Amino acid sequence: MNVLVYLVPLALGLGLAGLFTFLWCLKAGQYDDLDGAARRILSDEDVKR
Amino acid sequence: MRATAADYSVFIGHDAAGHAQMNLVVEGIERDGSIEEIERGLASLPGVMRARLNYTSHRLNVAWDAAAAPDAVMERLESLGYRAHPYAPPALDAEAQQGKWLLRCLGVAGFAAMNVMLLSVSVWAGNVSDITPETRDLFHWVSALIALPAAAYAGQPFFLSALQGLRTRRLNMDVPISLGVILALGMSLVETALHREHAYFDSALMLLFFLLAGRYLDHAARQRTRSVAANVSALRGEMAFRLAPDGQPVLVPVQALAAGDVLLVPPGERIGADGTIEDGQSSISEALVTGETLPRLVATGDLVHAGSLNGDGALRVRVTAGGDRTLVDEVQRLLDAAMTARGAYVRLADRVARAYAPVVHVTALAAASFWIAMGLGLHDSIMIAVAVLIITCPCALALAVPAVQVVATGALFRAGVLPRSADMIERLAQVDTVAFDKTGTLTLPDPVLHVPEGTDPELVALAARLALSSRHPLAAILARRAAGAAFEGVTETTGAGISARIDGFDARLGSPAFCGLPAPDHVPPSASLIAFRLADQGFVAGVDQALRPDAQEVIGALRGMGLRLLILSGDRPEAVAPVAAALGITDFRAGLKPADKIAALDALKAEGRRVLMVGDGLNDAPALAAAYVSLSPVAAAAVTKAQADAEFLGDHLAPVRAAVLCARLSLARIRENLAIALLYNLIAVPLAVAGHVTPLVAALAMSGSSILVIANALRARLPAAAAMEIGP
Repeated sequence: MNVLVYLVPLALGLGLAGLFTFLWCLKAGQYDDLDGAARRILSDEDVKR
Repeated sequence: MRATAADYSVFIGHDAAGHAQMNLVVEGIERDGSIEEIERGLASLPGVMRARLNYTSHRLNVAWDAAAAPDAVMERLESLGYRAHPYAPPALDAEAQQGKWLLRCLGVAGFAAMNVMLLSVSVWAGNVSDITPETRDLFHWVSALIALPAAAYAGQPFFLSALQGLRTRRLNMDVPISLGVILALGMSLVETALHREHAYFDSALMLLFFLLAGRYLDHAARQRTRSVAANVSALRGEMAFRLAPDGQPVLVPVQALAAGDVLLVPPGERIGADGTIEDGQSSISEALVTGETLPRLVATGDLVHAGSLNGDGALRVRVTAGGDRTLVDEVQRLLDAAMTARGAYVRLADRVARAYAPVVHVTALAAASFWIAMGLGLHDSIMIAVAVLIITCPCALALAVPAVQVVATGALFRAGVLPRSADMIERLAQVDTVAFDKTGTLTLPDPVLHVPEGTDPELVALAARLALSSRHPLAAILARRAAGAAFEGVTETTGAGISARIDGFDARLGSPAFCGLPAPDHVPPSASLIAFRLADQGFVAGVDQALRPDAQEVIGALRGMGLRLLILSGDRPEAVAPVAAALGITDFRAGLKPADKIAALDALKAEGRRVLMVGDGLNDAPALAAAYVSLSPVAAAAVTKAQADAEFLGDHLAPVRAAVLCARLSLARIRENLAIALLYNLIAVPLAVAGHVTPLVAALAMSGSSILVIANALRARLPAAAAMEIGP
């Protein structure tokens, strides 16, 4: 059962990383304009030539 | 291009960096590449610091420094081919914050539920195989470490609402929810400390996750309709010409008008605010104010109301606030009275909660007393009581209504109905009588041109082109048929009409007398006349209110649904009778003042009828507030729309039928869901009382009933979509 010593913290750590990414996305406004994001990805504006 | 300078100052705010900023609703962004076109086009203007288009909400946020001006922004948008309307963001921001908060809680609950479930499943599997008590304890402690802070954070929406309910001595659904969650966590903690086999950390978190999902979806659906409603009113955003101190007219939004301002109202424009006429005379149409379709002659010193359509003369109006505003004051007084008289509707879910919570709590207490009397021991008896509270924690019950509401709001939305109040669907479903206003509700908001049959279409086309040169409202209606450009060399005879030479012949457009034509005898008395003469040919057309294109069909369908229909109109009997006859409505009342409409509704209420009032005029506002539930078309007066439970879009009446259909379906689904939740409790409670509820059973029962309820709610959408196909 020694494997639990690092598997449980690892599972928790991965979950927490997901949670913080979600909270960060939310705060950064990434969910504010979902339809717009779908269209902006087709734009070449940001391509450096 | 705008001929006059515009003043947008009421819409301009400042962002964190101190730049001036403005929010605009933009039309026509559906085409490809419009995001880049708008953002690049604006960013290249000198002084513009930021231009960000939200494609989902059709809103554009622009910020600029001293080098730019709002006029330049509007002009650039117009040259790019987009129509933009400034709007002041109201309390929507608080709503968006609330939505984000719910989403954060949902994220935390989801994370915690997944991780605790991971540990719980291991424990369940271990309990039937070879888990050591030490490992189980470790897993329970880790679960507690995750669950307690997560529940403390994610449970806030329920805890706060439950506290508020208790403080006002009302049991809402959040009281049993909070109690269930807190007890489940507390009991699990005690069990963990005592090295026992069962802990309910996963149940508590799963419960929070399901409920937060329901609550967030409900919130998002309402916010979406609210945001569209705000856009619609911004698109209709009315502007008025205010005379600046130097005598120059400046275009300002009507919200910026204050008492004492002087307005210039050109022919054919709506009057932006209540006021007295300082100079000029005209005939104005007050269809949106009183429902009266005949124009009223006004001259210097007369009172005019916001929303009236100016006829043929330019007016100078001094804006008044308060004072002698007979009609508006009466409407306001009746409105206040109607709103106080209208008892608060108690939502079905709250009624269930009021009955449910005491029953559950008494059952738990009875279970504990029973087992103590049977000699089970204090600890185990309390455990059983807590298990009863956990299993009856109204997960399915709390989802039963919001889940249907979300689906129904989406269906209404597609049918062109924007709900304003949350309990509108429940009330609308119980309606057995529909009272319609006539002008602007059964009829189209704008009058329609009737050209006599057998008129040469070429002649009508020429008349329409000539009409382009006139600003008279009747001519404007004729001008919509114009195919070519306006004629040159048009001369205007004030108060009579316009004339020009077309192909070497004299052409005149105006009153029948001006054109030397006799007034026809076949038009209804409510129609206004416009005549056209070219050399020796000519015609006299009537301009009259027209029924909404699908009115007959929809009225027939509503009657087929068993609804009693009537018309309550402020217009003259001779104008109402033909409309009622065309629709086959025998019960119509005409010439009603706002107080009469309320009296009529009260009489129906006394008969035990539940009335849906559909109206648009300022005079309908008190009646809308007094009715059981109310609808208004999107073109309605602002005061009126504020009273309506929902507004509907477009020129068709079909949304009214779709709304009633959809509401009835939704209420049926809500009732079924409540029945499912009840059935679940009937099965689960005896199990819990008998002491058979392990964490695994609780998890299966709770998620099973929640999924069943949500699946049933989804059925509320299909038939409503079918109803749409019949409509517009």
